[in-house]
Amino acid sequence: MLPASDKSAFWMGVRSAAPFILVVVPFAMLFGVVATEAGFTVLETFVFSATVVAGAAQFTALQLMQEQAPTFIVLISALAVNLRLAMYSAALTPHLGAAPFWTRAFVAYLTVDQSYACSVAAYERNPDWDLRTKLIFFFGSCAPVLPLWMLASLAGALIGQAIPPAFALDFAVPITFLAIIAPMLRTLAHVIAALVAVILALTFAWLPFNLGLLVGGLGGMIVGAQAELMLERRLKPGPQP
Amino acid sequence: MDTTTIWIVIAGLGIGSFALRFLFLGVIGNRPLPPWILRHLRYTAVAVIPALVAPMVLWPAATGGQFDGPRMAAAFVTLGVGLATKNVLAAIVLGAVTLYGGLYLSA
Repeated sequence: MLPASDKSAFWMGVRSAAPFILVVVPFAMLFGVVATEAGFTVLETFVFSATVVAGAAQFTALQLMQEQAPTFIVLISALAVNLRLAMYSAALTPHLGAAPFWTRAFVAYLTVDQSYACSVAAYERNPDWDLRTKLIFFFGSCAPVLPLWMLASLAGALIGQAIPPAFALDFAVPITFLAIIAPMLRTLAHVIAALVAVILALTFAWLPFNLGLLVGGLGGMIVGAQAELMLERRLKPGPQP
Repeated sequence: MDTTTIWIVIAGLGIGSFALRFLFLGVIGNRPLPPWILRHLRYTAVAVIPALVAPMVLWPAATGGQFDGPRMAAAFVTLGVGLATKNVLAAIVLGAVTLYGGLYLSA
């Protein structure tokens, strides 16, 4: 069904992303608190959230910086966590690829888990939407989430300066990560990938420059992809050659 | 942590993340990716994040790398609640409750 106007497409986008406010605001505040505890200034924390706009990667970078990892390891590891953004970009291209260059650049900047998930789901439900409606819906789905992500990071940074270090905030990062990753373990292949990554990361934790993380991450990806292939073959026994 | 390193990481990660987001929308366009690349990309987050977290849980920096019961319990509660409810916020809250409860009891 075509929305009656641009305004209604925008509000449909806003409504679809609104439930994420409950997750994004506490998560961003936690990032602000942890970043200032780690030695970031309020300005650095805000610019970090405003330019990178990817919580998991920001937490990854923060943790590795606290472990004194070399800067290139920090960047490689955090960008590895963000590789899924390339997948989102690929998924949005058939829908928004015909937009003008600067509009596409703006869409790219605003591509996050929530705007991607809401928009692709809406485009699949409404195959008759034109480019303009799709774009307006996309920006609508960003409106409740992204400004709050930046503002809540700022608020967290301001609060963080007032929290004494005795609060065991060192463990805020692992708890947050485990909470994010648990719902993502949807299939057996995902579980296998995570388990192999953990075993390899612990086995190779003695490597210098936090390289154990990259061994674990890469190993988990390869084993997960292979497990998916094997499980697919078992589920769909095609004609044998 | 020195200021120069912080700004290098912010700039590098900001530019790198934008490049990943713009890769297809802006550069590659509508050409499909080989399936084997997509298959590996699907497992990046569930591989990299557990690999990052596992040493932090087993050897927490706050205890000088010594095994710590409350932190281990908090990790398992968070993971369990997350798996059972798919609710990120509930998992964080119950994990934090377990951590502070455990630290209080063992203090």
